[in-house]
Amino acid sequence: MTKLNSKIPKGALKDKWTNYKDHQNLVNPTNKRKIDIIVVGTGLAGASAAASLGELGFNVKNFCYQDSPRRAHSIAAQGGINAAKNYPNDGDSVYRLFYDTIKGGDYRAREGNVYRLAEVSNSIIDQGVAQGIPFAREYGGLLDNRSFGGAQVSRTFYARGQTGQQLLLGAYGALNRQISKGTVKMYTRTELMDIVIIEGKARGIVTRNLVTGKVESHFGHAVVLATGGYGNVFFLSTNAMGSNGSAAWKAYKKGAFFGNPCYVQIHPTCIPVHGEFQSKLTLMSESLRNDGRIWVPAKKEDAQAIREGKKRPEDLKDEERDFYLERRYPAFGNLVPRDVASRAAKERCDAGFGVETGQAVYLDFKDAIARLGKSVIEERYGNLFQMYEKITDENPYETPMKIYPAIHYTMGGTWVDYELMTSVPGLFSIGEANFSDHGANRLGASALMQGLADGYFVLPYTIQNYLSDQHSVKRMNEDLPEFKKSEEEINNLIDKLMGIKGNRSVDSLHKELGHIMWDYVGMARNEKGLKTAIEKIKELKVEFWKNLRIPGDKNGINLELEKAIRLADFIELGDLMARDALLREESCGGHFREEHQTPEGEALRNDDKFMHASVWEYKGENEEPEMHKETLDYEEIEVKARNYK
Amino acid sequence: MANINIKLKVWRQKDSQSKGQFEAYEVKQISTESSFLEMMDVLNEQLINDGNQPISFDHDCREGICGMCGLYINGRAHGPDLDVTTCQLHMRKFKDNDSITIEPWRAGGFPVIKDLMVDRSAFDKILQAGGFISVNTGGVPDANAIPISKDDAEEAMDAASCIGCGACVATCKNSSAMLFVSAKVSQLALLPQGRIEASRRAKNMLSAMDDLGFGNCTNTGACEVECPKGISVAHIARLNREFLVANLKD
Repeated sequence: MTKLNSKIPKGALKDKWTNYKDHQNLVNPTNKRKIDIIVVGTGLAGASAAASLGELGFNVKNFCYQDSPRRAHSIAAQGGINAAKNYPNDGDSVYRLFYDTIKGGDYRAREGNVYRLAEVSNSIIDQGVAQGIPFAREYGGLLDNRSFGGAQVSRTFYARGQTGQQLLLGAYGALNRQISKGTVKMYTRTELMDIVIIEGKARGIVTRNLVTGKVESHFGHAVVLATGGYGNVFFLSTNAMGSNGSAAWKAYKKGAFFGNPCYVQIHPTCIPVHGEFQSKLTLMSESLRNDGRIWVPAKKEDAQAIREGKKRPEDLKDEERDFYLERRYPAFGNLVPRDVASRAAKERCDAGFGVETGQAVYLDFKDAIARLGKSVIEERYGNLFQMYEKITDENPYETPMKIYPAIHYTMGGTWVDYELMTSVPGLFSIGEANFSDHGANRLGASALMQGLADGYFVLPYTIQNYLSDQHSVKRMNEDLPEFKKSEEEINNLIDKLMGIKGNRSVDSLHKELGHIMWDYVGMARNEKGLKTAIEKIKELKVEFWKNLRIPGDKNGINLELEKAIRLADFIELGDLMARDALLREESCGGHFREEHQTPEGEALRNDDKFMHASVWEYKGENEEPEMHKETLDYEEIEVKARNYK
Repeated sequence: MANINIKLKVWRQKDSQSKGQFEAYEVKQISTESSFLEMMDVLNEQLINDGNQPISFDHDCREGICGMCGLYINGRAHGPDLDVTTCQLHMRKFKDNDSITIEPWRAGGFPVIKDLMVDRSAFDKILQAGGFISVNTGGVPDANAIPISKDDAEEAMDAASCIGCGACVATCKNSSAMLFVSAKVSQLALLPQGRIEASRRAKNMLSAMDDLGFGNCTNTGACEVECPKGISVAHIARLNREFLVANLKD
C-alpha cells in the first residue's frame, strides 16, 4: 500500500464523525494558551478557522495578502449556501445532501468526508443567523430557500446575490472580535513564501511583507493553509486578480501531496470574453438558472444573422429557439450541474450555433418576467442584473443575457486526510485549498458550505487531536537555522527574478500560459493536446526565466514582483495539471477527455481503472513527480452513471 | 464598440515618506468595452515595455465586491458612473481625447503608501471596536428560532452591502467615516440578535472613528451619492439614535 492513510474512522457512515469527536484527543484550556497556530488566508475557511481557534484560547497568527481580511475572494460568491435543513418540507435530509454531493462530484470524493460535510451544514446556517447575517426571509419572518444545480430540493440559503459577502463579513466580524481580544494577531499585506519544516513537522512559515518587501519568519506549532484555489493558472478566470496557488505549491514542494490537480470547474454562466485586454471574467450566479432559460438559435442561419447584427434575439419565436438543456436533460433542465451545462454550451457553440463572437449562448428571463412580474425578478436578482448591465451596457430585463463558461473553481488541491491534515504532520489545508469534498465536480452553493464547515466545525476539532501532545513543545526561536535557510532561499529566489532583466512583462507571460491551459487543459482535453501542453509549458518556463522583466526593486511595494513570484508557481502547477489530466483516461465531472464519451456526448467514466484520487508527490526540481492512488471505497452509495435526464 | 485615445494625469508617489506629484501619460486605441482598470493595465504594460515604473493601484476581485479598488477620477470617488466601484467603471463612459485625472483617496485616516494605494487599516480597527455580534462558534439557536420581519431583514441587508472601500470618506469634505460606521451599526441594530449590544456598539465604534483621525459628519450627503452600493444616509440617523441612547444610559 502507499503512503496514503485517509484515517476515515471506523463504524457506520452516520456515526463516524460522532465517534471521532467522542474519542479524539483534546487540548486543555491552560495548554491552549501555550500553542501558536498559523492560519494563512482570511476567506470563509481561514477567517472562520482563525476566529474559532482564537475563541477556544489558542494563539492565532492570521495572514492575508490583501489590505484587509475582508477582501478575500469568498466575498464574491453570489448565489448561496447549501444546508440540509429541510425547511421547505420538500424531502431534504443530511443523507440526500451527502448523496447529491457525491453524485454531483461524479463519484470521485470520499464518502466519510462528504457525509460529515452534510452533517455540519445545518450548524453553519444557525451560526450565520446568530452573527447577524441578513439572509433572505419570507413574509412570516422565517428563512427563504432557492434551488441550485444538481439537486431536486430547495436547500440553498441566500442573501440576495451577495451570499459570500455576507457570510464572509460574518466570519470577519468573529475574527475582528478575536483580534480585539488579542487571541488573533492579524498580518495584512503579507504573503506566504515558504513553509518551514523542523524535524518532520510543519513549524512555521516565511512571509514577504508586501509594503516593505521584508522577508520574515513566523513560528507556529501547526500551520493551516486556507489559501483558496488555483484557477488563475488560466489567467482569465472568475477568481480575484491576486488569487494564487503558491501556498499549495510551496507545500507540495515541502512534501505535502497534491490531490487531483486536473479537476477544474468551468462555470457555465459567465459574461463572455470581449478581447485580449480582458483582465478577468465575471460570473453570473447559478441562481439565475432558477428562473432563466438557456438557449441558442435552433437554426444556424439565425445564429449567423444575430452574430452579424442583422437579427435580434427577441425576434426569434420560441419554436425558433433551442432550449438545449431542457431538450437534453428534461428531469433537471436548466438546473443540471455546472460541468454538464458548460459542456452543453461548448457543444452548441462549436457546432456553429453560438451568438456574439460565436462563443456565447443566451440566458433569458422573458418567461420568468411574464410569469412573476419584473419586480419579483428584480428583488431576486437585481444586483446581478445591474452588474451585467454595467459591464455589457445591455439591459437584461429587455434582452437576454449572453453567457459563456469560464474557469471558476478548483476541486483539486492539497491532499488531506479525514482530519484535514496534509501528508506533512502539523500542516493542514482547508476550504478550496484542499482536495477533499467535491470529487471531480462541485455543486453550486457548496463551496461556501465546505469553507465554513472546515473552518467553524471540523478543523477546530481535528487540529486538537494533533496538538494534544504539542503543548510541551516550547515556542521556537525564529533564528533557528531552518527558518534562516528558508529566508535565504526566498531572498535568493527574489534576487534571481529581479536579476533576469529581460523584455517581457509578467502579464504577457501569464496570458501565454492561460492560452495554453485553456486550449489544451480546458473544457475538453485529449491525449495529443495534453502532450502539447506539457511541451509548451516547458518552453514557457524557459522563456519566463530568461526573458522576464520586473521594474523597480525588491524593497517596498512592487506589484510586478508579487505577480512574478506567483506566476513562477503557476507555470509548474500547470504542468502537473496537464500530467494528471493525461493519466486520467476517462471523463468524470469537470475532467472531460474527448476519447471517453458516449455517442450522445456524455462523460464516460471508467470506474474499473480510475475509481481513485490521483495524489502527486514532488520528487525534486526537474524530476518526474510520482503519482499515488487513493482508492475510493463506496460502502453506502451505489455507484452509477450520472444521469440528469 | 470603438477605440479611443485618452490623456491621463496620474498621481505618483514613491512611498508614504516621499512627496508625490502628477505625471502625464497617453494611452491610445483603448476599446470602449474595456474596464477602467484594464485601461490602466494597458498603460502599465506600456510603461514596463518602455523601461519605466508601472503605476501601483489596489484592486482584486474586479467585480465590485471586494472593496479593494478605489481611485479618485476627475474629482469623483470611483469616477463618473453611479453605483459602481472603480473596477466596474467602463471606458464607454469616456470620449475620444478626454483628459482624465487620477488621484488616490485623500483623507487623514487613509495615508498614501504608494502612487494610488492607501492604507485603510483604520476601517478594520473601527470594526474591531465592536462591529460584530458577540457570539462564539457553536451553541447557537436554530436559524428559524427567531423570526425577523422581511422588511427589517431587507433593510439590514441594504446596510450590510457596504464593501468598505472608503469612497464615503474620500468624498466627504470632513473625511468622516460616519456612513461606514452607520452601515454596520444599523445592520446589526435592525436585527433582534444584534439589538442587545446596539448602543454599546455605536459608542465604541464612534469613539474608535474619532481616535483614528476621521472627521465629523455635517450632513452634506456627499457620501451617499458616491457610495458604490447606494448606502443611504438614513443609516447615519439610526447610528445617532443608538449613540444618544448609549449616552443617556451612562
